[in-house]
Amino acid sequence: MESNWAHVEMAPPDPIIGVTEAWRADPDPRKLNLGVGAYRTEEGKPLVLACVREAEAQLMADPNSNHEYLPIAGNAEFCRLARTLALGGDCPALQGGRVATVQALSGEGAGGGNGGGRRGEGVCMARTGGGGEGRVATVQALSIEGAGGVEGGRRGEGVCMARTGGGGEGRVATVQALSGTGALRVGAEFLAAHLPSTAPRVVYLPSPTWGNHKTIFAKAGFQVREYRYFDAATRGLAFDGMCADLASAPRGAVLLLHACAHNPTGVDPSPQQWARILALAQEKALLPFFDSAYQGFASGDLDADAASLRLFVRSGLELVLAQSFAKNMGLYGERAGALSVVCKCKDTAGRVESQLKMVIRPMYSNPPMHGAAIAAKVLGDARLREMWRVELKGMAERIISMRRALYDALYERNVPGDWSFVLKQIGMFSYTGLSRVQCQKLVNKWHIHLTLDGRISMAGLSAQKAPYLADAIADVVANPQ
Amino acid sequence: MTVGSLEGLSGLARPLLAALPALTRGLVQPATAARSATWFSQVEQAPKDPILGITEKFLADTDPSKINLGVGAYRDDNGQPVVLDSVREAERRVAGSHFMEYLPIGGLRDFIQESVKLAYGDSHPVLKEGQVAAVQSLSGTGSCRLFADFQKRFMPGSKVYISEPTWANHFNIWRDAGVAFEKYRYYKPETRGLDFEGLMEDIKNAPSGSVFLLHACAHNPTGVDPSPEQWRAISRAMAERGHFPLFDMAYQGFASGDCDRDAQSIRIFLADGHRLAVSQSYAKNMGLYGQRVGCLSVVCDNQRDASAVESQLKAIARPMYSNPPLHGALLVTKILQDAELKQMWFKEVKGMADRIISMRSLLRQQLETAGSPLSWRHITDQIGMFAYTGMTGDMVDTLAAKHHIYMTRNGRISLAGVNTKNVARLAEAMHAVTKQ
Repeated sequence: MESNWAHVEMAPPDPIIGVTEAWRADPDPRKLNLGVGAYRTEEGKPLVLACVREAEAQLMADPNSNHEYLPIAGNAEFCRLARTLALGGDCPALQGGRVATVQALSGEGAGGGNGGGRRGEGVCMARTGGGGEGRVATVQALSIEGAGGVEGGRRGEGVCMARTGGGGEGRVATVQALSGTGALRVGAEFLAAHLPSTAPRVVYLPSPTWGNHKTIFAKAGFQVREYRYFDAATRGLAFDGMCADLASAPRGAVLLLHACAHNPTGVDPSPQQWARILALAQEKALLPFFDSAYQGFASGDLDADAASLRLFVRSGLELVLAQSFAKNMGLYGERAGALSVVCKCKDTAGRVESQLKMVIRPMYSNPPMHGAAIAAKVLGDARLREMWRVELKGMAERIISMRRALYDALYERNVPGDWSFVLKQIGMFSYTGLSRVQCQKLVNKWHIHLTLDGRISMAGLSAQKAPYLADAIADVVANPQ
Repeated sequence: MTVGSLEGLSGLARPLLAALPALTRGLVQPATAARSATWFSQVEQAPKDPILGITEKFLADTDPSKINLGVGAYRDDNGQPVVLDSVREAERRVAGSHFMEYLPIGGLRDFIQESVKLAYGDSHPVLKEGQVAAVQSLSGTGSCRLFADFQKRFMPGSKVYISEPTWANHFNIWRDAGVAFEKYRYYKPETRGLDFEGLMEDIKNAPSGSVFLLHACAHNPTGVDPSPEQWRAISRAMAERGHFPLFDMAYQGFASGDCDRDAQSIRIFLADGHRLAVSQSYAKNMGLYGQRVGCLSVVCDNQRDASAVESQLKAIARPMYSNPPLHGALLVTKILQDAELKQMWFKEVKGMADRIISMRSLLRQQLETAGSPLSWRHITDQIGMFAYTGMTGDMVDTLAAKHHIYMTRNGRISLAGVNTKNVARLAEAMHAVTKQ
């Protein structure tokens, strides 16, 4: 039988994975792994958050748990919680309030909202037919009285659902996805198939960006263009260049934006710059596609890290959002993510969701349940959620303190140049601005492993090792050849 | 938007939101600009999934004796979903014992090793020689999709030959991969069995080097499998034409109760020297449906080819999902690597298969007892979760409307939905609609 595959060539190795492999193989005890894209503790160990472990234990202990298929769109509760986390609980584009199933006196009586609270919030409480107490559900309501709006059910049971004060438009279509990659790919495939025929299949990616962005969009049939982003001279944002490039983009081009903690540079626009980018997107009719992989992980504050996204949503624009819980919940290998499409109206969102499912079904049928179940438990339980908020802040703060430690060590050594970017850049990664040759030296002479574009992962650093890294940087800066 | 107090915010949010009125004043009124540009209003509602429609009708039916025979997942004799004891034990052992780090793009190495052993046989020569390229995948769908994308790129111009009928999603998978399909004859309505002559003819007539998608066992939706002799003939014919066999194995162990027996088709082809591919799923045989755990393997001539093929499969996976989910793979590996758990699992999968087989027997018996003049031997001849009853669309509609029994309109029933409590009523109803 003839060989089918002699013509198949080895695919090029993934550069990022190569770094960890080289680090593993390095026998030198001083070695550092600054290529790692996952959080590490001060001791250099991976971390599973306590809230995650507890959520997992609760899932295990649930006698009703099973491994049945999720729907194509995934875990609905997870989807609701994920997008609310990103967009904010008071986002008018979302369905307001939670669907709360309460016992009620009759099919109609699930309301009886008692007022209290400000306009836009009410408390829905009801009693069972038998006289017992139903569950107290806090829901957003149209008005103080309006916590009802029940739909049927049998006597003694009703569904209580209400909308926000703003109208709760329910115009966001959300599907569970395989972490950020999966969300990006499903989103890209959907756009390629369903953007109006007049819209070019063109995506603008920042230069540089996460390597996989290019591959994902190209696979989906997009022409990839770059907009200026990183300014090597300042190790900051090339804002004028960015604006010029966006201004020359064709109508209907997709604009990929990192919501916060830009990967690989760590350079984020300022609030003023975000406002300008929004204005450009509106002016030029570009479709924003946010990649949010670090919400809460960048500044330690979930709302702050979502500010850019929320600014865009509040302006009324349609947009696409890819969310990942890999880093901020440490769920890496469980592939927990969500794809949301913010539409103009509820009806469109319904149709969009149906088409997102058409992309998913021939790809993997339905998403993996475990990671989403954990995330839903953490987000949906007040105590676990607070635990998470604190642990997340802790991770972000350790990263920030590593930046401080490195900066201080560089300063102490009087390393020439302006190293303030180490403090200004945000998130796990920093673009050091070191040359390929300098990076090679870091690897070979100092056993510090990093990608040759000069990107370092602060997660791989410890307070103890920061001086060693500073020594190494001082050396390659002084002797760049 | 209620601005209210900004005290709770920090970092970027406070200055950003506080600055908002000033920043936006100079801009075009957001609402107006937004209203005029809409990217999604022309998006059409996707066609409804027919099986979903049946499930909806079933759920809406208030009759307490209603029966759902559309279910594609195993149910016990009480109609309940099952979590295998071996799986529960694996979960207990795995819980809290692992970090949740990213798997490699190709998945968990131990999982892959155990999977290919299960499919090919523990000590098959192709495994020893390192000739098999294999990656962890998103269950059966994910395996097929990886292969379809691979076929598009590395077998340009080739078509995929799909059985008539087959699992509906097969068409969607190859369509989205951009690979054209053809159908090969498979099910013969007259006999409710295999159209062996038609199948052989279609193999002979297909352009050399075509990909043939074969169901390794428990054909979905018909339940009709070739006999070992027929598999041998199919294998020879395909070798003569230089076709590429892709086995979709979603029911290993679940069909006959014996994992080696259910993989016999694959082993026959391997013995004939075929360089084939296998898509494996653990959804049904381990009941791990929602964990999405599967494996795609491709038998190559040598290690070089296997490495190259594997690297290219990874290159397809990377821009699709980066790396596969961890949890299901840990459970499967735990079960297959532990001698005790593996034996436990073998017993349990046999248990599931045995229940299905006994329901086939019981249903046929009850139909015959009810006095049906028709032949129902196909119910026991067919194998696996599904049976093609041969009932027409009208009969299916009557079963739903009059008897509160739900199935797909092609007359396919899921034996998983049949149990000792409902089989008598099912037989009565089927007899009632088919007797004229």
